[in-house]
Amino acid sequence: METLIQTFFNPGIIIAAWPIVLAGLRNTVLLSLLVVPLGLLGGLILALLASVKSPAVRWPLMVWVDFFRAFPPLVLLVLLFAGLPFAGLELGGFVCVAVAFFLNTGAYYGEILRAGIDSVAAGQVEAARSTGLSRLQAMAYVVLPQAVRNVLPDLLSNTLEVVKLTSLGSVVAVPELLYQARQAQSITYNPTPIVVAAVIYFAMLWPVVRLLSRLENRALAGR
Amino acid sequence: MSSWERFTDTFLNGKVMLRYLPDILSGVVVTIELALLIVVTGIAAGLTLALLRSLAIRPLNWLIVFVVDLFRSLPPLVIIVLIYFGLPSVDLSPSGFASTWLSLAFVLMAFSEEIFWAGITSVARGQWEAARSTGLSFGQTLMHVVLPQALRLTIPPLTNRTIAITKGTALGTVVAVTEILGQASSAMSNSYNPSPLMMGAAAYVVLFFPVVVAGRFIETRFAWKR
Repeated sequence: METLIQTFFNPGIIIAAWPIVLAGLRNTVLLSLLVVPLGLLGGLILALLASVKSPAVRWPLMVWVDFFRAFPPLVLLVLLFAGLPFAGLELGGFVCVAVAFFLNTGAYYGEILRAGIDSVAAGQVEAARSTGLSRLQAMAYVVLPQAVRNVLPDLLSNTLEVVKLTSLGSVVAVPELLYQARQAQSITYNPTPIVVAAVIYFAMLWPVVRLLSRLENRALAGR
Repeated sequence: MSSWERFTDTFLNGKVMLRYLPDILSGVVVTIELALLIVVTGIAAGLTLALLRSLAIRPLNWLIVFVVDLFRSLPPLVIIVLIYFGLPSVDLSPSGFASTWLSLAFVLMAFSEEIFWAGITSVARGQWEAARSTGLSFGQTLMHVVLPQALRLTIPPLTNRTIAITKGTALGTVVAVTEILGQASSAMSNSYNPSPLMMGAAAYVVLFFPVVVAGRFIETRFAWKR
């Protein structure tokens, strides 16, 4: 037991590594605040395009979305980070993460928002249009607010996944929580910093998981 | 050399591709092995937990909910790193393959337990009571009445989640698993040419795109009819 604590919860190392890990936490929060809106924006663009009922738009869109659902985000990230420099384009880890998330999580958000828009009855749009609202106004003021509410649990669940996914930034040297923890681990030769990072992730995201679990159960009970 | 030729020479270099094709293919085999292992063990463990939870033993259920929450809130990469770099300190040295398999199987277990449990609770209480009153045992009711209805409901979300988690096999490259991305990355640094990476990317698309399309089909096929 003593050695277990010395190895995984070493108090001295927790204190020494704390500033390093904390800087990582700050970057993870900042990164999340950047990539979640970016993904939502990408998703909104896709969902709005999908509301155009022309097959010439729908099919390429479906292929686009399925492509990014099939493509592992880490591969996308490595492709941008290690592949693009060969074309003379060096974006840096941070920008690569932003672009990869815009593409990857945008596809997921897009699917969710599309389902939300589809869930709003067609009569609503017709009614809104007949009161003189333009198509864009009907979408912004009538359809989207209801659509978002209908798929709120899915949006939240995807946002949780996006925040977890920011840990991929560690692979391209973005100094977020996991990266900083691994730095601290290699300095101290002790896995305690990684345990600390895991505890921070858990403390930060557990409330969200609990909330989601409740929302999902309620949705099911409502059937 | 035109710029197009320069582009293909860099990103789609035939000579480099041919040379590293065997490496990428061996990566494909490792990815498929890893993915199948994760799917089978993760879903089996998730179903087992959901069935245990239906026994309604309070302390056990608290434990199950905690474990599920834990693996839903931790990023998979953090779990992989923790197992791979943490356990050697207590004289357990799981390989990168084992670390990735265990981590992603735990994550899939957590998500699939939630989905199976949601499916089981969605079957109306009256069905349980009716089945029990016809003389079926608890186990028989579960097997013959509840699960067949519950599982149908779980198929679309389970398919999506399984695809999302199986894609995570690429994370194995961080702990030196020789799967597609790992092979492609080392081939790229050996040849100083990104063509192997393009090949690896193509391999992922070939492997997972049909699964996503099939998932879309399954989603509509098993959709809950209101």
